[in-house]
Amino acid sequence: MDNTSHIDLLIEGAGCASCVGKIESALQNVPGVNTAAMNFPLRTVSVDGVTTPQALIEAVENAGYHATPISSDADALDEKEKADLAYYKRLIRKVIIALGLGVPLMIYGLFIGEMTVSTTNERIAWLIVGLLTAAVMYFSGKHFYVGAWKSFRNHNANMDTLIALGTGTAWIYSMVVVFFPDMVPEMARHVYFEATAMIIGLIDLGLALELKARGRTSQAIKRLIGLQAKTARVLRDQQEIDIPIEQVLLNDFVRVRPGEKVPVDGLVTEGHTNIDESMLTGEPMPVEKQQGDPVVAGTLNKSGSIIFKASRVGKDTALAHIINMVKRAQNSKPPIGRLADIIAGVFVPVVMIISILSAMVWLQLGPDPALAFAVVSATTVLIIACPCALGLATPMSVMVGVGKAAESGVLIRNGQALQTASKITAMVLDKTGTITEGSPKVTQIHTAGSISEQDALQLVASLETGSEHPLAQAIVDSANEKGITTLPVDNFEAIAGHGVSAKVSGRQLLFGNEKLMQDQQITLSEQELKKAQSFAEQAQTPMYFALDGELAAIIAVADPIKEDSIAAIKRLHQNNIRVVMLTGDNRATAKAVANKVGITEFFAEVLPEDKSAKIAELQSQGEVVGMTGDGINDAPALALANVGFAIGTGTDVAIESADITLMRGSLHGLADAIAISKATLRNIKQNLIGAFIYNAAGIPFAAGVFYPLFGVLLSPVIAGGAMAFSSLTVVSNANRLRLFKAEDH
Amino acid sequence: MWIINIIGLLLIAGIIWWFWLYKPSNDTENYTSADSGAITVLVENGVYQPALIKIPVNQASTLRFIRKDKTPCAETVVFDGLDISAELPVDKPVDIVLTPQNSGTFGFTCQMKMYKGQLLVEEHR
Repeated sequence: MDNTSHIDLLIEGAGCASCVGKIESALQNVPGVNTAAMNFPLRTVSVDGVTTPQALIEAVENAGYHATPISSDADALDEKEKADLAYYKRLIRKVIIALGLGVPLMIYGLFIGEMTVSTTNERIAWLIVGLLTAAVMYFSGKHFYVGAWKSFRNHNANMDTLIALGTGTAWIYSMVVVFFPDMVPEMARHVYFEATAMIIGLIDLGLALELKARGRTSQAIKRLIGLQAKTARVLRDQQEIDIPIEQVLLNDFVRVRPGEKVPVDGLVTEGHTNIDESMLTGEPMPVEKQQGDPVVAGTLNKSGSIIFKASRVGKDTALAHIINMVKRAQNSKPPIGRLADIIAGVFVPVVMIISILSAMVWLQLGPDPALAFAVVSATTVLIIACPCALGLATPMSVMVGVGKAAESGVLIRNGQALQTASKITAMVLDKTGTITEGSPKVTQIHTAGSISEQDALQLVASLETGSEHPLAQAIVDSANEKGITTLPVDNFEAIAGHGVSAKVSGRQLLFGNEKLMQDQQITLSEQELKKAQSFAEQAQTPMYFALDGELAAIIAVADPIKEDSIAAIKRLHQNNIRVVMLTGDNRATAKAVANKVGITEFFAEVLPEDKSAKIAELQSQGEVVGMTGDGINDAPALALANVGFAIGTGTDVAIESADITLMRGSLHGLADAIAISKATLRNIKQNLIGAFIYNAAGIPFAAGVFYPLFGVLLSPVIAGGAMAFSSLTVVSNANRLRLFKAEDH
Repeated sequence: MWIINIIGLLLIAGIIWWFWLYKPSNDTENYTSADSGAITVLVENGVYQPALIKIPVNQASTLRFIRKDKTPCAETVVFDGLDISAELPVDKPVDIVLTPQNSGTFGFTCQMKMYKGQLLVEEHR
């Protein structure tokens, strides 16, 4: 492993291609730099080597240019929040200006006087009001008009188009009434300056509130980014120094004291502690760490002080990968949103056409003053229509749902996975490592004769130290856990498929299966055979230990079922999900495990390559199949399943391959993932239905369809308020998902 | 009254033509090329500038988005056909590196499909 790091800088002041050589050579002269390559069109330079951003910036400055490091996620987030806040304040100023004119005008129109033009004095007064309204349109609504014009030139139409057309129509009509009253029938000499100012004010207010609400939808990603420590204490030149985490290099030794966050990924080289990993895995219990154990950036050191060697830094840490994946997933759309996308894509021109048709019908069939009715209905149709509510319905819910899932230790790859997970009807579980811990452990020691359990374990562990069999590791681990030291071994011999033999302290040791005992003519009593059988029935493998030709102990080794597998599988059943277990193990063990966890349908002795066939079989029965495995051995089955879940591997490559990754080992993550997906899809449907109904009912109402029945025509001001708050409602409804809680477990 | 009807119908026909029927000529000269491997796209006043971009197939091209428009609508750019999207902070350049495997035309839009652009992926000449 090399020691290099990668730094990107943004260069300012490089106006010509000849600057490239100058900047690159300045950087290459910095001690420790291996390569420096500039991307001239983007004005960025990528540097690899053992160096710091400060040294590079200095070199660029000395060469006559200006450089800034391309900012971290946390910096970008801070800047985004500052920019959003500044924009929010600006919008509020615009709201105050627009409503400052609109509200008094509306009060005047409603309670004090007529908004009509009859006399010269009225013309002059309304002209002044018209000019004031034009000023409001400029200060508070300029962005709508510029946006509408630029979109129009590009053959596009958007929300700006509707607002600009609606308010523009109302203002122009009112100015025509002021300047050329004779062109308009007497009854239609009405001005709508209050509508223009109010609509602009209300829509700006809606945008401001939406901006605030949107900020809350990204809280989950903010929390993840906030997990990142800002500085790290590294050991350099026999000194401990605090440096920004961007400057931590591979293979640096990093100290983490109690109460501090782990700054980058690495392996503990010194010390012992407990680390709270709940922020990444959702697992509430702190995890013990000692020499050789991995530590992950963003987790919290609870008790002791440790030193670890950095193995992944910068954008390579597991936390950085998780943040990236969540960001990507938050921006992806599930198929359910496609219809809304198609409608949103053609929405604005359709509304413009409806607006024209509405005006034409009013002019021909409407009562007097038909022209005024036509202008009001056309304007109201333009203003009430809200393509944004449709467009936002899906992404806002996905943003919150995916973030909420990440907070529970569930990483959802994309919108498609989210949607399919909500429809799962059958869940296939791999046994080893999914339902069980995946690492065999000594579960029971039955001694025969006078030997103690401790002595038996010491002798067998001494014998197995040299063996590579997985069960041998379980014996050695058990001895280590109990602080038992092993003894020197002579004449070690592995008896293939049966066990091992050796001499320890001059005594003859034999350890293996029943066949080995038979071959070596070791007598097993009926009681011992019964004991061994009872172990097998409990899904434990009995191993026999003979000392100097006589049976001394039976050691049961098993892959224990995870503590909460039973409860998690019960949750799946409660959700009417068919649970199927697949395993390569023998039928007796599979049956014992299935019985213990409450699974009635299982397939034993399934080879890895046959797992896919079982998935296909379930799919052919009409099931939407989820497959849960370790992400590596089960890759083909995971890929074939409708949704592939990788379990307990949140920090490795499985993140890249599975549809959904459960960062902690618990199967509760499955039920959580399905529950969150269902809640998110429900939320999307509410949003979509709400947005469809709003537009489907609002537009005809605005056009005056109900006028013949009730004699009511919607005011453009009310339409402006409704439109502004329809998007806000969508964002707020999505925010409700933040309160979602998976069932207590 | 028939004048009003004619004006109305003409306006409707104009809308249909301008927004739906009008197709920018397939003349690739209308597209801004990322010949040097990179191109800057400005997100401002409700549009992407340039909105028509061409890049070569099977070759990495960088689109650097700089968002000037502060409205929340401009916050995300989505390349639907390429399953790529990115958040665009105001005034902060965001690089999207694309290595398309197939040639063809792909749209890129904001989340609400109000901002629209088109990416033409061309075979090598």
